[in-house]
Amino acid sequence: MRCRTWTCTSKQERGGYPRCPVTMSLSGSINLAHHNQLVWDIPAIDSFELNRAIYRIPQTDYRRTLDELTDLLELEPLLNKPVRNLSLGERMKCEVAAALLHRPQVLFLDEPTIGLDVTMQRRIRTFVAEYNRRYGATVLLTSHYMADVEALCRRVVVIHHGKLLFDGELSSLVQRFSAHKTIVVQLGDCLADLSSYGQVVTCEDGYVTLRVPKAETARVTERLLADLPVVDLTVEDPPIEEVIEQVFAQEAA
Amino acid sequence: MRALLDVYVQQFKTTLASQLQYRAALVIWMLGHVLDPLIYLVVWSTVSRSSGGSVGGFTTGEFAAYFVVLMLVNHATFSWLMWEYDYRIRHGTLSFALLRPVHPIHADIADNVSFKLITFVFMLPIAIGLAIVFRATLHLSPWAVAAFAPALLLAFLVRFFLEWTLAMVAFWTTRVSAINQMYFVVALFLSGQVAPLSLFPFPIQVAAAILPFRWTIGFPVELLLGRLTPIEALTGLAVQAAWLALSLALLRLVWRAGVRVYSAVGA
Repeated sequence: MRCRTWTCTSKQERGGYPRCPVTMSLSGSINLAHHNQLVWDIPAIDSFELNRAIYRIPQTDYRRTLDELTDLLELEPLLNKPVRNLSLGERMKCEVAAALLHRPQVLFLDEPTIGLDVTMQRRIRTFVAEYNRRYGATVLLTSHYMADVEALCRRVVVIHHGKLLFDGELSSLVQRFSAHKTIVVQLGDCLADLSSYGQVVTCEDGYVTLRVPKAETARVTERLLADLPVVDLTVEDPPIEEVIEQVFAQEAA
Repeated sequence: MRALLDVYVQQFKTTLASQLQYRAALVIWMLGHVLDPLIYLVVWSTVSRSSGGSVGGFTTGEFAAYFVVLMLVNHATFSWLMWEYDYRIRHGTLSFALLRPVHPIHADIADNVSFKLITFVFMLPIAIGLAIVFRATLHLSPWAVAAFAPALLLAFLVRFFLEWTLAMVAFWTTRVSAINQMYFVVALFLSGQVAPLSLFPFPIQVAAAILPFRWTIGFPVELLLGRLTPIEALTGLAVQAAWLALSLALLRLVWRAGVRVYSAVGA
């Protein structure tokens, strides 16, 4: 996602809505996930109307954005139900819509996919990516789901115990913190001892997963193919979860 | 200004709609406000009857009028902010309100006023019924009725702002209820809820005049009942205006300091 320097644009800039909240110096910010900005006992559409008034969104802009959001998030059947009757996923979609009605330029997403099923997780991800593309908004995403990070983040910041451990591209995070590659070899059986080739991580159903130092990858692959009756072989970067674990482990060491 | 009006209109719509969801709870809360003054009314009319029909310048009928009007004024000016903010600050739900470009007090005012609007539909007939049953004697003079309107508005605002400020104590301590309790006890005596202030010893009357409590409840009641001279009424309105300015200044100060120490994790 794009990163900008935040400044307080208190009045009539970028679309003409006041963007500086009373106590924060961010240019239009939101908080999602667990925050109930929707009034619990009434339909979401009424909370949207309240947000329209609070953010001073002109009627025409409001209508247009609401239509867009209703379309993108498939809100039509939800808008007139009391919020307390919505499922978690449905409520999350309405929360997202409520937060975006004034088209904030900076979007804080705190665990936006927590507790959602896979379909809904993907839909929220697609939506966030689309919002970023369409409005050029900066998105700051906090998540424990690496799938969120992989799908959405170009720039990754790893913070551990209040210390900045990494700030850069997702790909260079893998480069820097993972000195290993994963080689998965499919053999006829699990009998051969491959420990001389690298660290055996798992050996199941004829599939052997090896961890080898990155520099050795080509040589080990060559030897495996030459020495053994290999059915299939893939070379992968370790999963991002593992890389992040490495980052934390290095810090602890 | 027009934008703020729009916010209020929408706030009223949402608070009215959500409060109407729980009509039974609404009635129960309201009954608490009827019972309290009713108890004092029964006690004082009994005392008055047994001492020959009057105590400290109040006849039995005047006691009845005093507590019926007090019931309405207390209901019009009360708030439940302290419990709200205790919760909001401890649970971190305040964070969201801080992100909005509108001061959170506006939502609180709308919430309070819409509760009063709904409940007054029931409160007024109850008050009239009690006045008839207890034979309240009320001598209304036009000027007192006219002065009562601004006095009630000022009483509401002063009480609301002071209690809102007091609710902010939750920024610094998690044990707010003890402080709240102290406030309610002092307010009970010094606002005229237990008995008309003129029945109290002189030192207490002086304390009541200096502190804000009388100006948030007792004063409008005395005014409407015609127990004050025009000069006293004007002086009272001036004192209320002074308290309004003071409470607003205090509110700003405490709010700004409180928001600085506020932090919420995982909310």
